Amino acid sequence: MRQVYLDHQAATPLLPEVFEAMRPYFTEAFGNPSSLHQHGLRARDAMNQARAQLARFIRAESPEEIFFVSDGQEAANLAVKGVAYANQRKGNHIVAAETEHPAVLNSIEFLEKQGFACTRVKVDREGFVKPGDVEAALTDQTILVAVHCANHDIGTVQPIAEIGAIAARRGVPLYVDAEAAAGWAPIDVQAMNASLLSFSPHKFYGPKGVGVLYRHKRARLVSILHGGVQEGGRRAGVENVPAIVGAGLAAEIAARELPARSAHTARLQQRLWQGLQAAVPFLKLNGPPPGPNRLPTNLSLSAEFIEGEGQLLLCDMNGIAVASGSSCVSKSLKISHVLAAIGLDHALAQGNLILSLGKDNTEEEIDYVVETFANKVVARLRSMSPMWDEFQRGLIDSAIAPRGSGRSSSAHASALSGKPA
Amino acid sequence: MSESYTLYNQTVMDHFLNPRNLGDLPEADGVGEVGAAACGDIMKISLRIEEGRIKDARFKTFGCGSAIASSSMATELIKGRTIEEAMHFSNQEVVQALGGLPPVKIHCSVLAEEALKAALEDYLKKHPELARKTPLQSAPAGA
Ligand code: FES
Repeated sequence: MRQVYLDHQAATPLLPEVFEAMRPYFTEAFGNPSSLHQHGLRARDAMNQARAQLARFIRAESPEEIFFVSDGQEAANLAVKGVAYANQRKGNHIVAAETEHPAVLNSIEFLEKQGFACTRVKVDREGFVKPGDVEAALTDQTILVAVHCANHDIGTVQPIAEIGAIAARRGVPLYVDAEAAAGWAPIDVQAMNASLLSFSPHKFYGPKGVGVLYRHKRARLVSILHGGVQEGGRRAGVENVPAIVGAGLAAEIAARELPARSAHTARLQQRLWQGLQAAVPFLKLNGPPPGPNRLPTNLSLSAEFIEGEGQLLLCDMNGIAVASGSSCVSKSLKISHVLAAIGLDHALAQGNLILSLGKDNTEEEIDYVVETFANKVVARLRSMSPMWDEFQRGLIDSAIAPRGSGRSSSAHASALSGKPA
Repeated sequence: MSESYTLYNQTVMDHFLNPRNLGDLPEADGVGEVGAAACGDIMKISLRIEEGRIKDARFKTFGCGSAIASSSMATELIKGRTIEEAMHFSNQEVVQALGGLPPVKIHCSVLAEEALKAALEDYLKKHPELARKTPLQSAPAGA
């Protein structure tokens, strides 16, 4: 069966040349970078080269501003908690967008239990943070502003330079979660006025097991992992040298190929959305339309009257790998907090599917996905759905294209379950 | 690849991919439609009842894979049972017949039990003389 991988926001395949570059650091160049003999020095040298590659990748002034951790989520933990603890004598207030990744939001929640306070800035219906709202949330106690570069769920590209200018003017460090954007949109920490920024190379054909945190040399940051003095004392633990080497090379290649990769996925993104829009009635795009304000890889869709996990499973059975933000796929049985934040109707959020493109997807694959999704996924699940039938009979209405008769699916569902949606 | 790695066990996948008794019964004697408070899913079961026995059952489900599989299995299991027997039907039977569900997905089978009982209730409402004889067992909450 044809296999179409459309979950590049979860993981990408490692580039063969990156794998080759990493290989010697598992076996022959196995030294611990903290060791003082030649084995250690060789590993340290390789790490420094990767630091330089990654500094160039995000236009950092110096390689010393690059810190290696285990993953983008660890980087987010270090950025949020490390800045908060370093500045707790100055203040206790954090400003963050309500659609940050859970690594950021849950770190903040953890800090709130210790006496820190947070203002969560609302987003509009496409997921945009208004710079003015960030400014309005600042107080003389604010020690950190956290806004992501592009949204992991719905692809919204934030006006981060404007937010950075405000933070710089007010003297508050800005932490940018660039996890979803890095490798697919140019990152310039100087133009953004970012004090901290993080990402994971496994999102752009690098290895898992390494995360990158940029920290401007004047931004205060304390370690949250204690032990040896690796990474300038900011992160204890022996470095994952092979992964770091792979991260450096993957970033170098990503920077070189970024215009071609993102133009390619942007073309496929248009084709996919237009194809689906024509083939599937009552389908909604969440987040901004494809274009400069949306990541060129992401499509977040809601197919009405059907649920997302079923869509995901049927896609998988047809060789198509995708993700979903439905309550049924989450362990907490809650819909994605991003979909809730943009005010998406609960039933539509349950019908959510997230498709993320990569450099190796082709037009034929896209056409296969459109046809399969329309005929083997949506049509099939709608034939099983009581709501689709009730919609046909005029008992419930569409939230996407209301006809003005019948109650909404969400109102119907909450009436049946006795619980507000 | 998709053959060897699936989110649910083979029985569940089979009932999800080849659901039994999918649809509506045009002349149903009892219809129950319920919603899951936890996730917002919806299930509808229609029954044809003759001489105190479930002759036929159909389902429609807006929900996850295990909700669809649970309703498929539940409709299979209850066909041929008397009203009295069907009233003692429990979601545990569905879970067992499916060879187990992930813990977070047990509520999907509860939904099937609730939809069935709602359909029986609907039937008994139309046949009050039977209702007196067979008091309805309510679903154990969250079981
Ligand atoms: S019925 Fe809601 S997760 Fe299965």
